[in-house]
Amino acid sequence: MMQVHSPQFKERASAALADAPLQKALTRFRDGFQAKRAAAVAGLPEFEALRDVARDIKNHTLAHLDFYLERYADNVERAGGVVHWCPTADDARAAVLKICQDAGARTVTKGKSMISEELGINAHLEAHGMEPVETDLGEYILQVRDEPPSHIIAPAFHLNREDWEDSFRRAHTELPADREFHERRDILTEARARLRNKFLTADVGITGANFLIAETGTSVIVTNEGNGDLTQTLPRVHIVLASIEKMVPTLEDACTFIRLLARSATGQDLSVYTTFSTGHRREPDLDGPEEYHVVLIDNGRSGMLGTEFQDMLRCIRCAACMNHCPVYGAIGGHAYGWVYPGPMGSVLTPTLKGVDKAGHLPNASTFCGRCESVCPVKIPLPSLMRHWREREFERHLTPPVARRALGFWAWFAKRPAAYRLATRLGARTLKLLGRGRGAFQSLPFAGGWTAGRDLPVPEGGTFMAQYARRQRGKT
Amino acid sequence: MSRDTILNSIRRGLKRGPLPADQKAMLDSRLMAHPTHIIPARSRLPRPQQVALFIANLEKEFATAARVPDADSVPAAVADYLAAQNLPARFAMAPHPMLAAMPWDRFPMLSFEARRGQGSDQASLQHGFAGIAETGTLMLPSAPERPTSLNLLPDAAMVVLRASDIVGAYEEAWAKLRATNQDALTGGFMPRNVMLVTGPSRSADIEQTLELGAHGPRNLHVIIVDDDPAAIPDALA
Ligand code: SF4
Repeated sequence: MMQVHSPQFKERASAALADAPLQKALTRFRDGFQAKRAAAVAGLPEFEALRDVARDIKNHTLAHLDFYLERYADNVERAGGVVHWCPTADDARAAVLKICQDAGARTVTKGKSMISEELGINAHLEAHGMEPVETDLGEYILQVRDEPPSHIIAPAFHLNREDWEDSFRRAHTELPADREFHERRDILTEARARLRNKFLTADVGITGANFLIAETGTSVIVTNEGNGDLTQTLPRVHIVLASIEKMVPTLEDACTFIRLLARSATGQDLSVYTTFSTGHRREPDLDGPEEYHVVLIDNGRSGMLGTEFQDMLRCIRCAACMNHCPVYGAIGGHAYGWVYPGPMGSVLTPTLKGVDKAGHLPNASTFCGRCESVCPVKIPLPSLMRHWREREFERHLTPPVARRALGFWAWFAKRPAAYRLATRLGARTLKLLGRGRGAFQSLPFAGGWTAGRDLPVPEGGTFMAQYARRQRGKT
Repeated sequence: MSRDTILNSIRRGLKRGPLPADQKAMLDSRLMAHPTHIIPARSRLPRPQQVALFIANLEKEFATAARVPDADSVPAAVADYLAAQNLPARFAMAPHPMLAAMPWDRFPMLSFEARRGQGSDQASLQHGFAGIAETGTLMLPSAPERPTSLNLLPDAAMVVLRASDIVGAYEEAWAKLRATNQDALTGGFMPRNVMLVTGPSRSADIEQTLELGAHGPRNLHVIIVDDDPAAIPDALA
C-alpha cells in the first residue's frame, strides 16, 4: 500500500517551494484549470442550482446507502456480474488478486483510478508475478518513473516535457537514439503505440468508477483519452474498483452529476467518453468482456456516516478544490504525502489513515474558503478541516507552542472587543515592522507559521475593520 | 459475511436498523419513477436550431459534421471524407441494417467489412443511436449491430446519425433508450455498454496542453441524414 508521508508535510512543503521545475509546472497549472472552469461555469446559467440538486441527491443516497447498495448489487448480478463486498483494503486486494489468478492473468491493463492508488493494487499484483500496466497517459509516465500521482485528475502535471522525453528514452530502450521528441505530439504518439499493444494482449482490465447506478446495476467511468474504455472492452475480464459512496439512484440522477463533473474538473462541458457498463458481454455481441466483477470497497467510508465527516462522502473527485487552493497551488500534491492532496485530501487522509499520521494536513489551509465555493457538491471543506484541527488539539498532537498560541487566541476569540483591539494593534505593529518588504520570512512567536510559509505584511487594517468598511461602502 | 459487515456498519453510522418495508417501498417507487431534475434551458429550442446546436457543439469539441439529404447519400459522403483525410478507401462497418441497406454497390472503390473493430483499423463507420444537442454528444449503446470496439480502435471514427434521432438533453436520450431498447439478458432496457462520446480522444497530461488522438480516434466525423423535415433549416429546405 502507498506509504503515508503526511507527518513530514512541513519538510516536504518547504522542499516543494524551493523546487524550480515544480514551480514552473504549478504556474502553468493554476492559470489553466481556474480559467477553464470559470468559462465553463459561465456557459451554464443553471450551474449553481445544479450544485444544490447534486448535494441533495448525494445526501439522500447516503441516508439510504444500505438500501441502494443492495438494489445495485441485485441488478449487477442480474446482468451476469459478480459483486465482491470488501470491508477493508486487504479484502479488496485479495479479491482483485484472486480474480486475476483465476483468469490466469499475466498482463493487467488499468484505467485511472484513485481507489487503486489507495489500495496499492499495482504493488500487490507485481508481488504475485503479474504485470499491471497503467494506460492513462499521466499514470503511465508515473509508473515508468515509479512516482505517485500529484493530483487526482492530472496525475503528472508536475512534470515538464523534458521529464517525459527523459523517462521514455530510459524506459523504452529499443528506441533509436535519433528518435525525436521535440513536440508533445511525439510523446503522445510513442505512448499510443506502446499501449495499443498492451490493450490488445491484456488478460484483465481494471477500471475505477466515477458513479454506480442502483437502478440498473451500472458502473460509470469518465475519461478523455479512451484508455478506460479500451481497458474495459478488450480483455476477457473486467474488474471495476469502486468505493461504496459512488452510488447514485438513477440515470436521471447521474445526469446532474455529469453536468457538474467535467465543468468543475477540466472546464469541459462534458468529458470525451462517459461510459456506462452493466454486466458482461451479451450472447450475440461481437465484443465486450466475458466476465464483469465489481470490487465494492468500504475501507473506512461507513465509519464516516453519522459523524461530522459524512459530508465528505459526497465528494465526486473533481479536483476543483485543489485547483483553486492557494496552498496546493504553491506546493503541489506530493507534499501532502498520500493519495489524496489538497483540501479534500486534508479532510480525507486523517479520516482514512488516522489523525496521528495526517493530523498536520488540516493546517495546510489559509481558510480562505475558495475550495468550498467551487465544490460541485458543496462540501464545507474549511469547517471539516477545522474539525480536524480541534480533534488534533484535543488529542494533544499539536506541538506545545502551537497549543499555547491557540489557547491564547481562544481567550481573545471569546472576548470580541479585546480581540479587535489586539488585532488592530498587532496589524499596525506588523505594518511598521514590515515596511518596505512584501512578506515576513520569520516572526517572533510565529516560527511555526513562518517556517513553512511567509506571512504577508498586513495592509494595516484588520479583516473585520476592512469588512466593516466594505459593508458601509455598499449601502 | 462481508456483505453484512458493510451493511451493518452503514446502519450503525446512520443509527438505525434495516429500513422498514414501507420506507423501502417509497425508495423503490423513486427508482421506478426515476424523476428528472433541473434540465438546462440551452437545448430547449425549435428543431432546426436544436440540430444546429448539436453541430456547433460537435465542432467546438473538434469533431466534424456533414449533412446529407437521405440515407442513399451516405456512401458518397463516406468516400468524400476518406479522400479528404488522405485515408485508404477501406473501413470497418457496424453490421447495422440501416447501414447495410445503403447503396454501396454504386461505389465499387469503397471496400468495407461488417464486423467489430480491430487494432489496425484506420477507419470505421458506426451507427449513432442518438445525438444530444446540449453538448454535441453521441449516444452509442452496445448491440450486436453496434460493436463498442468500433468507437475506440480506428484512427478515424465515422458515425451515421439520423436528424430525427437528435434530442436536446441527456435525459431525452435516456428516455429514448428506455422506450426502445430491450436487453436480451436482463429484460430491462440497459445494454452491456452505453458510450456517450463528445469529440475525438484527447489528453492534456503533457504540460496541461491539449493534444488530440490519445488512445482512441484522432478524428470523429458525424454524417447527419436529414430525415426530419421539421429539423431542416429554411436555407436547406
Ligand atoms: S471535495 Fe468537492 S471540489 Fe474537492 S474533489 Fe471533492 S467534489 Fe471536487
